[in-house]
Formats: sequence, structure tokens, C-alpha cells
Amino acid sequence: MSIQRTYKEINDRIKKGQAVVLTAEEVIERVKDKGITKTAQEVDVVTTGTFSPMCSSGVFLNFGHTKPRIRMSKVWLNNVPAYAGIAAVDAFLGATELAEQDPRNSKYPGEFRYGGSHVIEDLVAGKTVRLRAGSYGTDCYPRKEVETDITLQDINEAILFNPRNCYQNYNCAVNLSDKTIHTYMGTLKPNLGNAHYATSGQLSPLLKDPHLKTIGIGTRIFLGGGIGYVVWNGTQHFPAMLKDKDGKELTGAGGTLSVLGDLKQMNPRWLVGTSFRGYGTTLTVGIGLPIPILNEEILAYAAKTDEELYAPIMDYGKAYPQGEGGNLGLVSYAQLKKGSITIQGKEVPTAPVSSYPRAREISYTLKQWIEKGNFLLGEPSQLLPGPEAGLQGKALS
Amino acid sequence: MAPEKIVLRFGPETADKPIIYHLAKEYNLVINIVKASINPHKEGTMVLELTGERYEEGIDFLRQQGITVRSLAQEVVRNEEKCTQCGQCTVHCPTKALYIERPSMEVKFNGDECILCLMCLKICPVHAMEVRMLSEL
Repeated sequence: MSIQRTYKEINDRIKKGQAVVLTAEEVIERVKDKGITKTAQEVDVVTTGTFSPMCSSGVFLNFGHTKPRIRMSKVWLNNVPAYAGIAAVDAFLGATELAEQDPRNSKYPGEFRYGGSHVIEDLVAGKTVRLRAGSYGTDCYPRKEVETDITLQDINEAILFNPRNCYQNYNCAVNLSDKTIHTYMGTLKPNLGNAHYATSGQLSPLLKDPHLKTIGIGTRIFLGGGIGYVVWNGTQHFPAMLKDKDGKELTGAGGTLSVLGDLKQMNPRWLVGTSFRGYGTTLTVGIGLPIPILNEEILAYAAKTDEELYAPIMDYGKAYPQGEGGNLGLVSYAQLKKGSITIQGKEVPTAPVSSYPRAREISYTLKQWIEKGNFLLGEPSQLLPGPEAGLQGKALS
Repeated sequence: MAPEKIVLRFGPETADKPIIYHLAKEYNLVINIVKASINPHKEGTMVLELTGERYEEGIDFLRQQGITVRSLAQEVVRNEEKCTQCGQCTVHCPTKALYIERPSMEVKFNGDECILCLMCLKICPVHAMEVRMLSEL
């Protein structure tokens, strides 16, 4: 008989230390060995992981009040501007914000050595960060400037809030032009000199639940080395299924997550300030989702292998920057991981932008947390829209 | 006298000249070829250890031939703490000193293969690749 489980049943087993948890790699082997039905009977949870640059990341900070008080309408942290157009002594620091006087791309390609993501890493590492703030002065907040040192422990709150993380799938980036280009997917050599790809394929959270049957508001996750939550769909959440020439569904793509967690619990191993030459700064974020095996269908997707998961190949020389759409075909993650793919008859060497070894480590860490009973599954109060919702991006004219 | 370790980079116009012969015969240098490779465009690199009193003259001779000569008095090292094991560097490293071990997908660095082109310092998004002067060792 095919198994059905509830979140409550799985959590009861976790509390008793009886839950059977496998990583997304381990479950592949188990299913090859025992088949879907038997594995679904045995396994309660599959853990996933990804460790990848995620630009839409940042942190809400509350610094505490000075005497006399200041409203803080402009804020800089280690000379990187933070957004302070919210309540007194609150600010949002974004990962891609650059230090004042950074030369940007004025000497192309720029190095972008320090930005918001590096401040976030410094804070998480417990380093002292220079806070500078200015204001216009009010009756209730008379002070006009302050400059002081802070650490993560000193301030009231630091809430990592990443409005678009954990892309379900991503383009394999190539360059058809005759010039080297510098992108958020790395440096791409001319005339199909290399191909860079992201996500960790068979370990990636949203590739293992393409219809988003288990992910929603309140899903508890591994975030930056601490515990975080899915709080909404991410921006540009347009989930769909990639299909082959015959219209057969292959792989999920287009879903994104909004995630949130307490920065004070996190670890600089899993939140790393990152610089892409010629592009800018971004934050490399570690995220892991547990997939509850509620039924055989969910397991069948969670057990998909790199051979069964595909990425679209995209030209970043022209088609992507010009918004022309279309792709150069699909390629399996198994092929991408082998180190070379064939595009337009040419053999092109591949390299990852996401760290597969670190994604694997996240899936193991999350597995251990659950096995030890430290991490219960969060039942979503509402699932995210899946491919069936037909969400599509709007163009800006 | 300790041998001097150098890297030569040469183009198609010099790749077929008997450079090593001249260094030994005319400048009386003791030569140990540590590594040599030529790509399909006939550009090549060679790592040599040279010993001899006329070392400086030998280097001048190489430069006159249009060969780029760099000392290996510095080396590239990987900061293991910083490296996130992404692997982006591997496709940009001309000698595969940086490579991915499969199927684990771990990123390895073999300093012996490094020719100090310093491309990885530009590529690495977390600045994990660093240059170190050998005298600091």
C-alpha cells in the first residue's frame, strides 16, 4: 500500500529520535536499490542544500538609541550605505551595495572588493564595524550625527531577509560574442570559451520539489548556518516546468524563495562576501530545505538525479543583456558536472559557480539536526504558488 | 650556488628555436627542465632551474629572443579558510593547477603546476587565491 504521512507524524518521529532522514544524494542510491514504494515507506525526510551567490540578500539592523536620540536618516557601515528610510535606528543593508568611492567599472573590469555582502560577513564573523549616521534633527530626535563602532552582539536585532534566494534552476551561461565579458555568472571567454552554471543539481532544494508541494510560508530551513524560514515566495517567482521537444516535463525552473532568519545565529562559513569582477558584490548564501516524504510522488521528485535534471544554455554576450529570450538548448547537470558540454558542435569546458561540496555539507548538517531532534519540520501555513498557477514575468517598457 | 627557478613564456615565432642548446653551450648553464608545454597555437611555457655564473647573460639572451622570463621567487597559494570550493577558477587556469576532482566535485590546487599567470586572483569571487613571496616562507 502506498504510504501517506502528515507533518505531525514526521515531527513526532523526529522528537522520539526515530525519524529516518537521508540527504538528496543518499536517497538516490536508496531508490536505485529498493525502488520508490519501499523507500517511501522507510524514509521520512530528504535534506537538500545549495551554496551559491544570491544577490537579493540583505539584513535589517536595529542599532539601539543614542543619548540624546537620533533618527538616523542616512547610515553607512564600513562606508557602505544602508537604507534608513524607515523608523529611527533601523536600517537595511543590501548585499550588492558598494562602498562610497568604490571606482565601480570606471576602470573596467572593476574589482568590487568591498560591499554590503562583505559587511554582513564581517558582522557574522564578530568583527567590529564602523557605523556612521546622519539626520536632520527633530524635536523628538535632536541629534544630527553619530559615529561609533558596533559588533553584531552589541546591537538589538540583525535579521537576514533575502527577498529573492534559492533560484529553483539557473541558466548555464556562455558567451557567443568575440569579446571577454564579465557577468554575475563570472568571466565568460569569447566564442564559447567556457560555460558557467549554478545550482547544485540533484542536491538543489527547489529542483527536488518542482511542483512546490512541500514548500510554503513557515517552512523551517537551514539558512546561513542557522535556522531560518521561508516567509513568502521570492520576487520574480515564476515557476514552470522545462519540457523536452516532445512536450515531456523535465525539470522545474523559475521558482524563488523569500527567506528570513536571525543573523546572530549564523556563521561566516555560510554567508560569504563575494566579488564578481566587472559586475559587483553579492552574498554567497548557504540554504538547505528538508523535504517531508508525505507520499510516493514527493519522493519520486526528491530522488531525481543529475541525469534527469536540466538547465537552459543562455548567451550572455547578446541574448541575455538585450532581453531577447530564447536559449541554446538544454543540458543535464550530469553533463555539466563532467567538465565539458557540446554547443553548436563545439566542445566547451564547464565550471560551477555554486559549490557542490558545500551544498553536500549543508544537506548532511540539516540531516544531523533533524536526527538529533533539534530541528522540527515547519508545516507551511500556505504553500507557494506552483507551476500550475501560471505566473509570468511582466516587462517594463 | 642554488639554482634559479624561472618561467619562460614563448610564442609561435620562438617555439621552434633551440633555446636550451644555446643556454647550455654558449652560457655554460646547468639546466633542469621542470616542466614544458606547448598548446595547439604553438604558444608554450617552460619552467626551468638554471645554475651557472653566466646566469644573468643567459636571461638577457632569452629576452632578446622575445621570450618572457619571470622569476619563480613568488608563488600562488590558496587560502583554504576562504575557498568555498565553487570551482569557477578551474576553467580559467591554463595549466589545470586548479582542477575539480570527480565525482566528489572538490576543487584541488596543485602548486607544482602553477605558472604564476595570476588569472585565479582575478577570477576567485572570494579572494581565496593569494601571492606569497618565497622569501617569506
